[in-house]
Amino acid sequence: MGKSDTIKENRGNETSIRRQPSVAVQLKRKLLNRTSLNGTVAILGFFVLWHLLVVMQAPFMKHIPTPVTVSKTFFILVQKKLFWVSLWFSTKRVFYGFVAAQVLGIPLGLAMGWSRKFKDLTFPVFEVLRPIPPLAWVPVSILYWPTNELSIAFITFIGAFFTIVLNVLRGVASIDKELYRSALSLGAKPQHIFWKIILPSSIPSIATGMMVGIGITWNVVIAAEMIAGDKGIGRLTWEGYLAGDTPTIIVGMITIGFAGWISSAAVKIISDKMMPWRRLF
Amino acid sequence: MGNNGTENMAKGGALSIRNATKIYDPEGVHVVALEDCSLDIKAGEFVAVVGPSGCGKTTLLNIMAGFDSLTKGEIYLDGELLAAPGVKPKPGPDRVVVFQHGALFPWKTVLENVIYGPVIQNQMSRSEAIEIAKERLSRIGLREIENVYPGQLSSGMQRRVEIVRALINNPLVLLLDEPFRGMDSVTKSASHECLLELYDIFHKTIYFITHDLEEAIFLSDTVAVMTTRPGRIRMTIKVDLPRPRDYRMLSSEKFLKLKEMAKDAVHEEALKAFQRGERELA
Repeated sequence: MGKSDTIKENRGNETSIRRQPSVAVQLKRKLLNRTSLNGTVAILGFFVLWHLLVVMQAPFMKHIPTPVTVSKTFFILVQKKLFWVSLWFSTKRVFYGFVAAQVLGIPLGLAMGWSRKFKDLTFPVFEVLRPIPPLAWVPVSILYWPTNELSIAFITFIGAFFTIVLNVLRGVASIDKELYRSALSLGAKPQHIFWKIILPSSIPSIATGMMVGIGITWNVVIAAEMIAGDKGIGRLTWEGYLAGDTPTIIVGMITIGFAGWISSAAVKIISDKMMPWRRLF
Repeated sequence: MGNNGTENMAKGGALSIRNATKIYDPEGVHVVALEDCSLDIKAGEFVAVVGPSGCGKTTLLNIMAGFDSLTKGEIYLDGELLAAPGVKPKPGPDRVVVFQHGALFPWKTVLENVIYGPVIQNQMSRSEAIEIAKERLSRIGLREIENVYPGQLSSGMQRRVEIVRALINNPLVLLLDEPFRGMDSVTKSASHECLLELYDIFHKTIYFITHDLEEAIFLSDTVAVMTTRPGRIRMTIKVDLPRPRDYRMLSSEKFLKLKEMAKDAVHEEALKAFQRGERELA
């Protein structure tokens, strides 16, 4: 009798696992923790330092406007339609390129990881095309795509495409052999393997590919706009340069930074939703 | 499927391994993993297989599981040919494997993992499977964690879930490849109690690979000692300790005697493997 009591007690202790705190507690922890406080201090510090360096006329900072001038320009710009149109165009191009890259890249990566033969047939071409920088595609894109919008979206697509394919391919290749075996042993048929094992196992690498991809698309879209685009934040920044209007250049740069940051956060939310088993840690 | 009555007795699950030989890469490196390995396992018998590393224990398991083929010899399951040269290996839910490092699906909750087998085979409806899974989990004190993902569990709990996931398929044979390796002693002994409890209830044939002699004797009806590569059965030791067993047996005279016997045999094989290893390096 004594023995079975002890076992029950032990199991009781062992099963006490971590639980999710309430939403309010989670939000409070997220906003008021040391990391976000430090982050706020760092950003404020950055602006203060910038201001001081300009005011003290530090070397290399002579032609740089102060954050105060930049914010003034910013408030003027945000009241103009051009600013929002530019932002809208860049976002749209990033979105189309990014989505197209996922839609084509994820299945291609999965297929290459799944079928040895398919990989042998496609990978060599892929590996030759991959090192070509997205911007090297600008001339052909302009020549062959009917509209400017399509060419820029295409270049953006190129930026994210190779990354996602490579990530998914590596993800499939690194799936634990024992997961396949265990599924077969539990009665799965070979035709179940793709949907039930390969796809869910690849979700973390798809998420990584998306995360890296979204960063690249912002890089690429800005450069493409500077070379080829009318409209867009890249163009706005470039025109600031052509007009010798430094505050506008800096506002453009900061806007790009924020837009990239917000898109990464959005991708992070999506990828967390895709893999609840990782989110819980 | 009844919860108490029908599952208690083993129906089938007798394994007959006859002159099993496995040669990897016969035209090239020619590694003989198994040679003339013969062993009979009765339906419902718990066999623990011990032997030096690389002696072919896992090779034999993979062949029985249907992950690999035989070069010579044959293996029968309840009189039916399971493996022989030319027979296509076929894994299936009558011989479920539990792996050393665990292979729960990380993207599924504990409950979803447990119902995976019966649902994918169309053996049970989802709701039926859930009901049975819940009952099984609560039987070994894991009911509370049914909605948790495996990554949040300790290795001891993971392995227990995996054994439940295997048993829900009502397999003929359970193939366990060092499931408790690397666990701390407390977790290990809790896992032993759990496996023994499940064995006493379901009475499935078990092929259990281990390096731990104490574990082998404590759990099994028969300890099979394998020789160093090429692997064959060097001796089998009948463990006539009564069931249900508990950890106090570990210090009984009978237990220690059995352990001594097994130790001598394994030690000799380990020494051979060790010396050969040195020669291979030299």
